[in-house]
Amino acid sequence: MTLTFKPLETYRDDFSFANSAEAIARFPFPFPEDQYMYSVNLEPATSRDPGSVFEHLFDVDEHYVSEMAERARVLELDPQRCLVMPHMAQAAWDSLALLMQSLATDYPQYFRLARDGDAWHWQNLALGIDQRFTFGDPATLPCEPLEYITRQMQGDFALLDQRDNDLFMDAGMVTCPADWSLRFDAGMSFQQWHAPVPMAHRAGVFERALKYLLNIQVGQPVRRLNWTLTINPRLDTSPETYHQWGSDRGKVTADNAGALVHLRVELQLMVRLPRSNALMFSIRTYLISLDELVTNPAWAQRLYRVMRDLPEPIADYKGISRYRQPLLDWLRPFDPQA
Amino acid sequence: MIDVRVAAIHELTPVIREYRLQAIDGALPGFSAGSHVQVHLPDGRRNAYSLLGDPADNSEYRIAVRHQDNSRGGSRYLHQVLCSGDRLRISAPANLFPLYSKARQHLLVAAGIGITPFMAHSRELLRRGEDFELHYAYRSGSSDAYLGELRQSLGPRLHEYPAGIRRLDARALLKDRPLGAHVYSCGPQSLLLAIAEQAAAQGWSPRRVHSEAFAAAEPGLPFSVELQRSGRQLQVGAEQSLLEALEAAGVEIPNLCRGGVCGQCQTPYLKGDVEHRDHFLAANERATSLMPCVSRGCGSPILLDI
Repeated sequence: MTLTFKPLETYRDDFSFANSAEAIARFPFPFPEDQYMYSVNLEPATSRDPGSVFEHLFDVDEHYVSEMAERARVLELDPQRCLVMPHMAQAAWDSLALLMQSLATDYPQYFRLARDGDAWHWQNLALGIDQRFTFGDPATLPCEPLEYITRQMQGDFALLDQRDNDLFMDAGMVTCPADWSLRFDAGMSFQQWHAPVPMAHRAGVFERALKYLLNIQVGQPVRRLNWTLTINPRLDTSPETYHQWGSDRGKVTADNAGALVHLRVELQLMVRLPRSNALMFSIRTYLISLDELVTNPAWAQRLYRVMRDLPEPIADYKGISRYRQPLLDWLRPFDPQA
Repeated sequence: MIDVRVAAIHELTPVIREYRLQAIDGALPGFSAGSHVQVHLPDGRRNAYSLLGDPADNSEYRIAVRHQDNSRGGSRYLHQVLCSGDRLRISAPANLFPLYSKARQHLLVAAGIGITPFMAHSRELLRRGEDFELHYAYRSGSSDAYLGELRQSLGPRLHEYPAGIRRLDARALLKDRPLGAHVYSCGPQSLLLAIAEQAAAQGWSPRRVHSEAFAAAEPGLPFSVELQRSGRQLQVGAEQSLLEALEAAGVEIPNLCRGGVCGQCQTPYLKGDVEHRDHFLAANERATSLMPCVSRGCGSPILLDI
């Protein structure tokens, strides 16, 4: 697949973000059935379906340049969206190495990496970056290494330290979260940062998931999909900016839902970092308006049924309850049996 | 799985040899200090060995093997058959003995060939500039591999306990340490127990006490198992572990340590007499689960729920 970047689009103010027909075709629609319930749904992150979001470990798409501009804007307004505790410095370098190697291998037309021992030369032709630096020496980069590389990669990143048979959120770059905050979760254990999730605790989902994650080995990454809904194509739906977007949920009507409501899918990837033994948890977010989504009739019908039958606690947790009725009214005509 | 070539073999003492392994094609994966790899032997066995090289150097992996007189054949093969230039197959590194990232002080305690994980740990801690000590009990002329190298790199951080000259005193070693100190031990079971007992006696939280045993299957009497779901019958030989018998029959069970410690290969069983030899399962779990890497049948045949 040839990858070309769209002219600069926005994820705020005038919301000019939109998907091309190709981007719609490769959108990772997350519902394998008409009903949704929490599950661990992990699979080995091996390459599959050329052209899909599952082809490469880290997917770069047509929104790359725009998303990086959005990240820069969020960091300008709130530099603390990136956080690296002192004991996570090595995990940050691990992440930089993994991302540079992956991008240079998977997208050689845009990313190049030359290494001579610790002397590295990185070129990002998409963003016009040419950087020589000494691997392991933060003074040779313009900023801290995790921040440096994640300013050049779509999606959010959490780096989890593994100790006491648990995982701790001790570093990350989080500028496009689905209503969670790295600054709030910093230092928390796996169970602690998942405490707000309803229903799943009773089902033992988190005990099983933690045990699985602790045993992820070098070279055997895994992935899963998660989803929510977002009003407008807004990437930065964080608690820190809730005052800017929370009230949008009251604006949805049966007439405008197609343009306002977006399905937000997270491709979550978990990778054991070799040098630090930390676990990288990356969250690559895909947005699609319902107007775009219903160009696929099978998706439209299934989304209606999932939204209709979604348990109330999950709808509440995902912030859907307030506009579920107008959303269903808008979606119903796409289900021939409704 | 990684294919490697034995780049060099060094005799460090009359009973310990070091093997340097290089990738046949591509690069070796990076590893964290405390990691081990499984070496696949020609008879189908797999033995776990700590990576003792510098984690910053992934041009080669280094392992050290002590010749065991009562070995089931792993160390004998490596010592007597394997030559420089030979090919080997190894697993990707996994870490069951990592450094605790938030420790204020690290106390590393090794006996004999238990020094190997601490070779990587001490290099890593030196690079990070952290507060640590290495306490090393050895027998001069046989289990004192790396002594010269350690004296040079660690200076006063190295505390030596040559057999017959100075005894390692776990009580004194742990006394008056700061609250953020963590202790790591690797060596025979007696050393690990002495450290754990002293740590408990001095009020250390178990979270601050880490250890890695010499974990390997021990031989026993032959026994038989049946696989519930396929109805297959397997015979496990005296020198073979149940895990090895399953692998030889094409049944892959996830595993890491192959020594009854990590818990990865936990397998449910429905009936039979089991001699549990692991350090992982709680007493109540043993009624329905066993660790095929070390545990064996000892009476009526075992029916595995797989």
